[in-house]
This record gives sequence, structure tokens and C-alpha cells, in this order.
Amino acid sequence: MMVLVVGAGRVGSAVAKSSLAAGHTVSVLDEDPLSHERLDAGQPTSWEDAGGRFTVGTAIEIDALLAAGVEEADIFIAATRGDNTNILVAQIAQKRFGVPRVIVRVLDPARSDWYSEQGLHTICAVKLGIAMFEQAVTEAAAAEAGV
Amino acid sequence: MYVIVVGGGKVGLNLARELIRNGQEVTLVEQERRAYLRIEQELEHAVQYGDGTELWVLERAGIQRADLVVAVTGDDEDNILICQVAKEKYLCERIIARCNNPRNLQHFKLLGIQPAVSATDLILNLIEHEVPGHGLVHLLDLPDEKLEIIEVEVIAGAPAAGRSVADIELPDGSLIISVLPRGKAGFVPKPDTVIAPGDEVLVVLDPGLEPYITEQFSPNGRPG
Repeated sequence: MMVLVVGAGRVGSAVAKSSLAAGHTVSVLDEDPLSHERLDAGQPTSWEDAGGRFTVGTAIEIDALLAAGVEEADIFIAATRGDNTNILVAQIAQKRFGVPRVIVRVLDPARSDWYSEQGLHTICAVKLGIAMFEQAVTEAAAAEAGV
Repeated sequence: MYVIVVGGGKVGLNLARELIRNGQEVTLVEQERRAYLRIEQELEHAVQYGDGTELWVLERAGIQRADLVVAVTGDDEDNILICQVAKEKYLCERIIARCNNPRNLQHFKLLGIQPAVSATDLILNLIEHEVPGHGLVHLLDLPDEKLEIIEVEVIAGAPAAGRSVADIELPDGSLIISVLPRGKAGFVPKPDTVIAPGDEVLVVLDPGLEPYITEQFSPNGRPG
């Protein structure tokens, strides 16, 4: 599988590295050249030596997406820090380039829910975090009551 | 009419001001606190503080009953998202988006965010219109109908210069609909109307035919 990751922040770089380790072809696009360091960190070889691709460019520039290989991508991951950038670039990948699988990081639960209803595969870390906190509070309260 | 304007920069603030002066009901949404406080001194309750790409902010502004949503922030991703949720989630009938970077216009089109207004393109069109001899001006594009209307200047030495309309070799799918002689009123030509150098002509055409049309009105087939 060819995986294209847009945004090499904490989430994007980690998913890129694990996808490469799982044997996929991985290309990463980020506007900051220094973000490449995250792909090398903690690895025995450089990202390129390990077989990864890295392109410097802005997510919503068509030329940058083409350079990063959007036309060959089987799986597209939008993981920049901007919810609206992710939602837009995911729809470009889906509607313009016909990428079969598009996964979008959306921090805002409300936007995540609505775009999920519209057919985008959204992942909302904030929602997961809230659920874990609620669970933790429930358990802590139960434990405290049981003391 | 109830109008929500998102983005309180120069465009948004002046727009809100004019709409209010025209008697419309307006809510301006601004996310930068200091800008909001400054605008609030003037517009009072007609401005709200918040990120206009957050659904609850739009709902608080009353998007469910808005007749028109105008997204004029400095960020094209934000403008696209605001208009997309206005149209598809809140079924707002009319939207207008500002496109800051003309290269992003294709994204607005892809997602059906129309009309998208690009100040850069508007000024470029004006320059084309104002600078003589710049060649071809797009007056109207109707992509759905697959029709365009262009204005083109007749350069001395061009194949069409000095010829009658009937003799000008235009491709099928194009028609001269008006002649604008320099300094005189424009008119609809007859087949025997002679086109003079310096005249401008309006041509209706199928998209993609521009090169075949400009070669008739420019020497060596190049726009002037």
C-alpha cells in the first residue's frame, strides 16, 4: 500500500514511521523542512535510507500534493495541526484525486462528527481524550466511595 | 434579510457597515479578541466574538435563520469550511466566499462554494480591461452552460482588420455579437459591417476557442 501522510507533526510522523515499519510505501508532505527531524528521531537510519519519501510543500497546493505522490496513494492521512486544512485537503484527495481511503485528523468534536456523517473518516483525539477522562473520573469516584 | 459576515478585517467590517446602513440585519463574527473589542465599540450587538469555523459559534450567531452567509476571513480553508457547513449543514440558501489566493479558486469550485470572489483576479481583470492592447478580456464565463463572452481588440495588420464580419474566419461555435468602435457607441453588427483596427469586438464562444479567435484579431496570431 502507498500511504501519503500530510503533516509531519507528532501524529503524522508517528503514523508515517509505523506504516513504513509495517512494510508500506510511505510519503510525507510538510511545509516545514525541519519537521523531517521527527521522522529520523529514534530511528537507526535516516527516513530516506529506511525507504521513506519526504516532500516540502503546502498541503493545499496541488503541485505539492502531486510531488508527494497523491495520484499513486491508496491511503491518505490528513494530520496537519489545522482542522480546516485537514478537512479541505482530505476532500481534495477524495474528490479530485479519487484516493480510495482518506483518514482525517479533526480536533474539534463537532466538526469531526458532522464531516464523519458526510462520509469522511475522521479521527478526533479530543473526543477520545474526553471519554477517557470521563471513564477515569467515574472509576476514581467509585473507588473513593468504596474506601 | 439576515446576513452573517465571518471575518472582521477591512473587507468584513466595511461590508457589515454598508449592509447595516442599507437596513439589513447583520451579525459580524470576529475571532481575534482585540479586533472584536474595537469593532464592538462601533457595531455594538451586531458583532460576536468567536471562531466562525466552530459550529456552536455559527449557531449562536443564528445561522439557522440566515438568508446569506459571507465568509471573508484571510484564510481560504476557513472560508471554504464556513460556506460548506452553511450550505450543506444549515441549508443556507446563499453564500459568498472570499478567495484570498487565486490558486485556491479551484478548491472552492471543487466543493461547490460559489460565488468565490478573488480581489486579485478582479483587479487583474480590471487591468486587462484598462490597459489598451493587452489583448483579450473575459467578460462572462458560464461554465455550466459552456459559454463565454470575451472582448478582444482588433490590432492593425490582423487578419480581421478591414474585413467585413461575414468574411472573418471564425471557428464554428463562435459569433461576433457586438462591435465597439473607439470613442463611439457599440452596436450589433450586420454581416457586411467592416471591422476597423482599434475597434473592440465582443465574441460569444464555446470554451477553448480563444486561441482561434485571437489569431484573427492580432497580427501573427498573437494577442496585442
